[in-house]
Amino acid sequence: MKSIGKYFIFLGSLFVNRESFKTYVRLIFDESILLGVNSIFIVAIVSTFMGAVTAVQSAYNLVSPLIEDYIIGTLVRDMTVLELAPTVIAIVFAGKVGSSISSGLGTMRITEQIDALEVMGINSASYLVLPKIISSVLMYPLLVILAMFLSIYGGYIAGTLTNILTEQEYIYGIRLDFNPFTIKFALIKSVVFGFLISSISAYKGFFTKGGALEVGIASTSAVTNSCIAILLADYLLAELLL
Amino acid sequence: MIEIENISKSFDDKQVLDNISGRFEQGRTNLIIGASGTGKTVLLKCIVGLIQPDEGNVYYNGRDFTHADRDMKTEIRREIGMLFQGGALFDSKNVEENVMFPLNILTDMSASDKLDRVNFCLARVGLENVNKKMPSEISGGMKKRVGIARAIVNNSQYLFCDEPNSGLDPQTAIMIDNLISEITKEYNITTVVVTHDMNSVMEIGEYVMFLHKGIKIWEGSNENISNAEAKELQDFIFANKLMRTAQTK
Repeated sequence: MKSIGKYFIFLGSLFVNRESFKTYVRLIFDESILLGVNSIFIVAIVSTFMGAVTAVQSAYNLVSPLIEDYIIGTLVRDMTVLELAPTVIAIVFAGKVGSSISSGLGTMRITEQIDALEVMGINSASYLVLPKIISSVLMYPLLVILAMFLSIYGGYIAGTLTNILTEQEYIYGIRLDFNPFTIKFALIKSVVFGFLISSISAYKGFFTKGGALEVGIASTSAVTNSCIAILLADYLLAELLL
Repeated sequence: MIEIENISKSFDDKQVLDNISGRFEQGRTNLIIGASGTGKTVLLKCIVGLIQPDEGNVYYNGRDFTHADRDMKTEIRREIGMLFQGGALFDSKNVEENVMFPLNILTDMSASDKLDRVNFCLARVGLENVNKKMPSEISGGMKKRVGIARAIVNNSQYLFCDEPNSGLDPQTAIMIDNLISEITKEYNITTVVVTHDMNSVMEIGEYVMFLHKGIKIWEGSNENISNAEAKELQDFIFANKLMRTAQTK
């Protein structure tokens, strides 16, 4: 409970004694490249294979002649849009970006770089963390949109190349009974996940004490806590919004 | 001028600083000395506000820093420059960007003025043509000098140095000490240096405060330190054979 309280106080401290708007714009731009653009490759790889595997495994399970093949397309769409793209990619994002944020801030803490900012009269939490959180909240939904497209495309490639279903069947399947709210729901989830990953990781890194060993521990803890928070938020959002 | 008044600090049940008072005058190199673990760095961090003391006050030219509101603290901190033990240079920025950092954040100077000021400060600490080097590409002594350049770039009124010559060879250590002393005189600033190096004490210690187990045992100048009667200070000064031999002679 003490840790949760400290986390909320930490979040509150991001909004006091801020620097100029111009400073944040430049930092948010830099962080967006680091957190978002540099994650495109891993997100693309994971999401393409995720869609492909979903298509192949769905075909393997749908053995009944009563179920049409185009249902595979519908399954790939619903699974990736509703759950796999926002949630599984969030776990990947937590592993890549969360550990990077935590270890970066942890190293700055133990090498007194954060103290140096404080002595200059700069709110180090606001200067270092706020741009990361804003960038993550902005960039993660974009990564999720990319993941949705690539997952569905991965399913299409795997399905058609292995003759599980035809192009027309797959396209008919992904358009069947499409509910646009699922996209909105996935994007709401992605904003929440982006915030949780960046803020929890920053919190863990910012309060690192000790040396290199503790930086590693903080990084591991950041990823673990982010994953737990993602799964908890995933369940709560599903209960609230679906 | 900085005044500290009855500063005490404990971590859990361990008393690290016990009722420390003192006055660090402007234009003078003030040293806080003592063996490792005596609370020197904790006292320095209490003075700059990185650690909140349990009791006592710190005054910057009469302004109460310890109990100041956030805005007043920020205003005072923007008059402070600090050299950290490891340099604390930002890893992701090169030398020029590190020194320019306070100007970027705290001033509205034009890009060319900022660059001129950075080059001036780097030249003042004897570093030229290293602007584009990363902190990982320069030596320990150069890092300290970049740290000093960054500390003075914004015309700081107060300069704090935490173990400025730790990990340096004797020649570079003396060079850093002299640089700190010269800058103090040149800009008439208040300088506080934390060290356990007796060479520094003898070179630049115009005012010396000796701490032992969190208690102020002695204060004075380097001219009369060797005649001090406090046993703890005598043990500290004459810990090495060379100093013992010199005293005997």
